[in-house]
Amino acid sequence: MALSATRGVPRHGLASALARIFGSQEMVLFLAILTLLVVVGTINPRYVAERNLQSIFLGNAYIAVAAIGMSMVIISGNIDISVGSLIGVLATLSGTLAVSGYPVLVSWLVPLVVGALVTTLMGVLVAYLRIPAIVVTLGMLSILKGGLISLTSGAWISDLPDGYALAQMRPLGVPMPVWFMVVLTAGAALWMRYTATGRAIYAVGGNAEAARLSGISRRRTIMIVFAIHGVFVGIASVLFATQLSVIQSTVPPNLELTIITASVVGGVSILGGTGTVIGSTLAAVLLAAIGSSLIFVDISPYWLRAVQGGLILITVLADLMRRRRQMRAR
Amino acid sequence: MATRTAAAPRVLSRARALVSSHEVVLLVILVAALIVLAHQTDRFLTADNLLNQGRLMAEVGLVALPMTFIIITGGIDLSVGSIMGLCAIVLGVSWQNVGLPLEAAIAVALLTGALAGAMNGWFITRVGVPPLIMTLATLALYRGLAEGISQARSVRGYPEWFFRLGQGEVLGVPTQLWILLVAIVVCAVALGYTAFGRSLYAIGHNQLAARFSGIPVDRYKLAIYTLSGLMAGLAGYIFVSRVSTTRSDMGTGLELDVIAAVVLGGTSIFGGTGTIMGTVLGVILIQLLKNGLALTGVKGDATIVVIGAVLILSILITNWARGRQEH
Repeated sequence: MALSATRGVPRHGLASALARIFGSQEMVLFLAILTLLVVVGTINPRYVAERNLQSIFLGNAYIAVAAIGMSMVIISGNIDISVGSLIGVLATLSGTLAVSGYPVLVSWLVPLVVGALVTTLMGVLVAYLRIPAIVVTLGMLSILKGGLISLTSGAWISDLPDGYALAQMRPLGVPMPVWFMVVLTAGAALWMRYTATGRAIYAVGGNAEAARLSGISRRRTIMIVFAIHGVFVGIASVLFATQLSVIQSTVPPNLELTIITASVVGGVSILGGTGTVIGSTLAAVLLAAIGSSLIFVDISPYWLRAVQGGLILITVLADLMRRRRQMRAR
Repeated sequence: MATRTAAAPRVLSRARALVSSHEVVLLVILVAALIVLAHQTDRFLTADNLLNQGRLMAEVGLVALPMTFIIITGGIDLSVGSIMGLCAIVLGVSWQNVGLPLEAAIAVALLTGALAGAMNGWFITRVGVPPLIMTLATLALYRGLAEGISQARSVRGYPEWFFRLGQGEVLGVPTQLWILLVAIVVCAVALGYTAFGRSLYAIGHNQLAARFSGIPVDRYKLAIYTLSGLMAGLAGYIFVSRVSTTRSDMGTGLELDVIAAVVLGGTSIFGGTGTIMGTVLGVILIQLLKNGLALTGVKGDATIVVIGAVLILSILITNWARGRQEH
């Protein structure tokens, strides 16, 4: 009974289904995006012009993709603050392979493999050697960032080969990053909801003891989560690397914060056990839409981070209140 | 203290017992680093260089002290770097743009820091927002306010006396190092020898039990988050005084340096254990590694690779030692 109101766990009956849909973080986010588009679009129609909408999606889809993996990690009760550095390293790796004459496919796929290897190593340190995730990934952040900058000095990679720009392709008229964002979100959401391993992630993050008693290996689950997270980070880095015709071999500032913010605003509880990747993707879109909206309503872009910070705070407070109401209702 | 792994060779179990004291592990690493670095370059082990490193260490050190309190209670404060930037901007703007006397501007900046910290503490204790989330939100919010207020302008042209704190010396020792020293002693005594200090450990071990035994949990937590903000503000003031200018990106990433130092110092990120001594050793070790490696020709960015590795390794060693003892 105590679990039945937890998001991600099915409840029965039409009324409660409706209540669940409209009370869910996903619906709140969706309505927030719509409201933003309508309000800012009314003030300045250029905001909802196709060009701007596309730039919102194109420039930020990789954040949504990375936030999928991050959400899984957080749902399992862990965190990864090295993700920004890892994206920097993998994007540089991808670009370097491409300009060194390797086939385009190789420069797309190697970052996925390397990403998974690095995060699996982190998973092993967390799960088997019992070092808290925040410590492991804090250390990794230093190692990856320092290693990258001292090897490349932040040089620009240009003269990328033809056919490398994955993020600039448009199958069926829809930009590739949007395809990736939608397909990966849907796939991950289904996987987490309907497979045993997917459910195990919630169990491990929600109640480690109960998970253990029902025969779920906490260690194995956490390692798998980190490994999958690495693949998503790899995909995100390739999308990031190919969106422009040059790559700067450095770590994008505050990227880990933006990704964690997307997960948290998307309703993933930092305490683990609840949340969905659909929420985190919607949140990534919302954050991007807010970021883009400021200049259209004549607010200095220097206020962007203050607005984002205020928004995180409001979301978290709203989420806490809703949870309390649900607790009382039961 | 006796280990129960009777089968393990006696020497090994002794070694484990010794290194299970995290401070000893750190001290050994510190001495080893000193010896190796002093061998590599003769510019490292000089009074001038070490005092100068002390100057650079003061800001991280000041913020690391209340961070130790916070992490001992099982909390965290990710917003310290942003508070530092916000206070620096408030100091500069309220002096140059608002026209306050510089003394008043300093007071306003410190007050801003304390308020920013108190806001973290209030939401964490009264509303029940998890510390990681709360301070993640204010990390963005406070930095955003700093950027919004400054609009990318920097403030310069401070009078001569203003630089005394950041660039001056008292009895041949950098001024801010004296401040750090006093703060270390006060915090070490508060944590080790007062009911307040013992309460912090109790909160970290079992908050509910602490509450039931009459410890004013919320009031103590509010106090340490406020202190954290105040210290970040003070560090911001020292930073501005040291580099003679104010910019909104000051203190970016400070939280990671501080948390790395505290965790390296043996404070468990899960709460309940940790000492000021360990934190001080952690701060010194990180600063000496940075400086020593730089002097031996390692580029600045490569030194943070070493710091990351040392961070993970030191926890690994302590875990290994403690794990064997407990089983």
